[in-house]
Amino acid sequence: MKANYLELSGVGIEFETGGKTPFRALQNVNLKMAEGEFVSLIGHSGCGKSTVLNIIAGLHQATEGGVILEGREVVKPGPDRAVVFQNHSLMPWLTVYDNVALAVDQVFRHSKSRAERREWIEHNLALVNMDHALHKLPSEISGGMKQRVGIARCLAMQPKVLLMDEPFGALDALTRAQLQDSLMQIQADLGNTVVMITHDVDEAVLLSDRIVMMSNGPAATIGDILTVDLPRPRDRLALAEDARFVHLRHQVLEFLYARHGVAAATDTGAKPVSAARVLAVEGCDRTDPVGRSAGDSRAA
Amino acid sequence: MADAIASERGAETLALDQRFEQIIERIHPQRLVKALLPPLLGICVFLGLWQAAAERIDTSLGQFPGPVQVWQQVEGLAAEHQRARDKEAAFYQRQEDRNAKKRAANPDATVKWRDYTGKPVFLDQVQTSLVTVAAGFVLANLVAIPLGIVCGLSSGVYRAVNPIIQTFKPVSPLAWLPLVTMVVSATYTSTEPLFDKSFLTSAITVALCCLWPTLINTTVGVAGIDRDLVNASRVMSLSPMLHVRKIVLPAAMPMIFTGLRLSLATGWMVLIAAEMLAQNPGLGKFVWDEFQNGSSDSLGRIMVAVLVIGFIGFLLDRLMLALQGRFNWDKQAVLR
Ligand SMILES: Nc1ncnc2c1ncn2[C@@H]1O[C@H](COP(=O)(O)OP(=O)(O)OP(=O)(O)O)[C@@H](O)[C@H]1O
Ligand SMILES: [Mg+2]
Repeated sequence: MKANYLELSGVGIEFETGGKTPFRALQNVNLKMAEGEFVSLIGHSGCGKSTVLNIIAGLHQATEGGVILEGREVVKPGPDRAVVFQNHSLMPWLTVYDNVALAVDQVFRHSKSRAERREWIEHNLALVNMDHALHKLPSEISGGMKQRVGIARCLAMQPKVLLMDEPFGALDALTRAQLQDSLMQIQADLGNTVVMITHDVDEAVLLSDRIVMMSNGPAATIGDILTVDLPRPRDRLALAEDARFVHLRHQVLEFLYARHGVAAATDTGAKPVSAARVLAVEGCDRTDPVGRSAGDSRAA
Repeated sequence: MADAIASERGAETLALDQRFEQIIERIHPQRLVKALLPPLLGICVFLGLWQAAAERIDTSLGQFPGPVQVWQQVEGLAAEHQRARDKEAAFYQRQEDRNAKKRAANPDATVKWRDYTGKPVFLDQVQTSLVTVAAGFVLANLVAIPLGIVCGLSSGVYRAVNPIIQTFKPVSPLAWLPLVTMVVSATYTSTEPLFDKSFLTSAITVALCCLWPTLINTTVGVAGIDRDLVNASRVMSLSPMLHVRKIVLPAAMPMIFTGLRLSLATGWMVLIAAEMLAQNPGLGKFVWDEFQNGSSDSLGRIMVAVLVIGFIGFLLDRLMLALQGRFNWDKQAVLR
C-alpha cells in the first residue's frame, strides 16, 4: 500500500464570472491519500466539494497547484478516476447492460476478448445486485437501482480512484443504508481508493477512514481532517451505541455548526442556501433511526 | 414433408383469421362512432360553409367552385389521366408494330425507339413534386445535420457560422430562385444530363430553404445535452466519433426530428412556389398552367391541387412522426 498514492498540493481555482474579478472557489487545498483509503469530504453547500472532486477527476483544471496520482500529474479526465455522479448520469437510451458495456468496451477493448468483457460486465452488475435487470432502460428502474448501475459502471472501469459526488444523496434513508452496506462490502473486498462527498454525518463516520471537513467558501480550503479509527468490518447497529462513534459524529457536527455554522455562511452572502442546507444535514440526522431499522431488517 | 408444409400453412391462415377477428372485436361500434364523429362533423360544417361562400363569389372565370364542382374536377382529372395512359399505350403499340414490320422487310434495318412525350397529367405532376422535394430535403439535411452537430459541440464554430445562418434563414425562396437558375444553367452543362435542369433548380431552391430548421434545431439539441452525460463520456475517454455516435446523436435525436419535420414542411411549401415561378414541372406548374389557361374548369382544378397539396403535406408530416417514433429511445414521450 503506497502512502502518497493520491496527492493534492496547493490546489486553488478561480472561475470566470463575467464580473470584474474572477470568483475564487478554492484556495490552498492540500491532501495526501494512501492507496485503498476511504476519504469523505463534508462541508456546507457551495463550499467547493464538487469542485475538488472535479479537479481530481480532471473535469476542471486547477488554477494553481495540482493533483498527482501514482506519481503522475492529472491533466485530463480518464477512466482511472471514475466518477459516480449525484444523479447517476446513465445514458437514458442505453440499457443497464449497455451503459456498463460502453465503459467496459472503451477501457478493455484491447486487453479483454468480447466474451471476457461480457462476463466482466455481468460480474460487476452482480456485484451491486443488478444482474436481474440487465436489459431494462434506466427509466424502467428505481432511483436506487440507477445509482447501483452508476456504481457498477465505475467499478467496471477498475479505476485507481473511485470518486463519488453525493452518491446516495437523492435516495431514501432505507435504500441509502442498503447501498452504504454494499459499498462497504465492495470496498473491503476490492480495496478501492475512494473519495466520497456527503452531507450525511453518519454516512461519513460509518464509511470513512478519514473525514475531510471543508471551510466555507469563497476561497474554501480544508478546515480539519478527522481520522476515523473504528475497526472494520463496521456494523451500523453496533456502532450506533459505540461511544467512539458517537464522539466522532459529535466532532463532525461541532465543526459544521459551531465553527463553520450559519453565522460563518452568512458572511459569504450565501445565506438562504446555507440555512436550507443546515436543515438538510439535520434532516439526515433525524432520518437515522430509519436507517437503523433498515439495518435491522437486513440482519433479520 | 408436403403434409407438414400444408399444415403449417393451415396454422398460418388460422392465426391470420384469429388476428382479424381480434381486430374486429377491438373495433367497438360505439367507440368508433365516438372517435369519428367530431372530425366528420367538422368536415361537414366546413364543406357547408365552403359551398355557401362559393355561391356568393363570382369571378371572371365564373363562379368560385364549391365542393361539388371540385369533385367533378377530380373525376375529370381521373378521366384525363386514363385517356393519357391509353394514348401512351397506343403510341408504344404503334411503334412496336412499325418496327416489327420494318424488320420483317429487312432484318438489318435500323429501327428507332422513341419515348412517349405527351403532356404530363396531374398524377405525373404530383410525382415530380414528391421526388423533387425528397431530393431537396435529403440534400439539405446531409449538410444540416453534420454541420448542426459541429456547431452544437463547438461554440467557436457556432459563433463563426451563426451570423451567416441568421442572415440567410429569413430569405424567401423566390429570391434564391433566379440565382439558382442561372448558376445551374451555367455550371450543369453535361451532354448527357442525369437530371433535368429544372429538377435541379427546384431541388436546390428547396434545399436552401429547408436547411435552416434542421441546422438550428440540431445545434440547440446538441448544445443542450446534459452536462453530466458529457462529463460521464469524458471520464470514459470516448473518442470524438464514439462520443458523437453514442452520446450526442441519441441525446439530440428528439430535437433533430423536430428540425426535420419543420424542414420537410418548409420544403414542401417552398417547392410549390418555386415550381410556379420557375415553370418547373410539378404541382406548382399545374396550378400556374390552369391559372393561365383560364377556362371555366380552371378554378375547380386549382382547388383540387390546393387540397392535394395540403393533404400530401399532412401525410409527409405523419411520415416524419412515424419515423420519429421508430428512432426515439424515449418511448414514453408523447409525439404530436
Ligand atoms: N463552472 C463554474 N463557474 C463559476 N462558478 C462555479 C462553477 N462551478 C462551481 N462554481 C462555484 O464554486 C463554488 C463551489 O461549488 P461546488 O459545486 O463545488 O459546491 P459544493 O460544495 O459541491 O456544493 P453542494 O454541496 O451544493 O453540491 C460555488 O460557489 C459555485 O457557485
Ligand atoms: Mg456538489
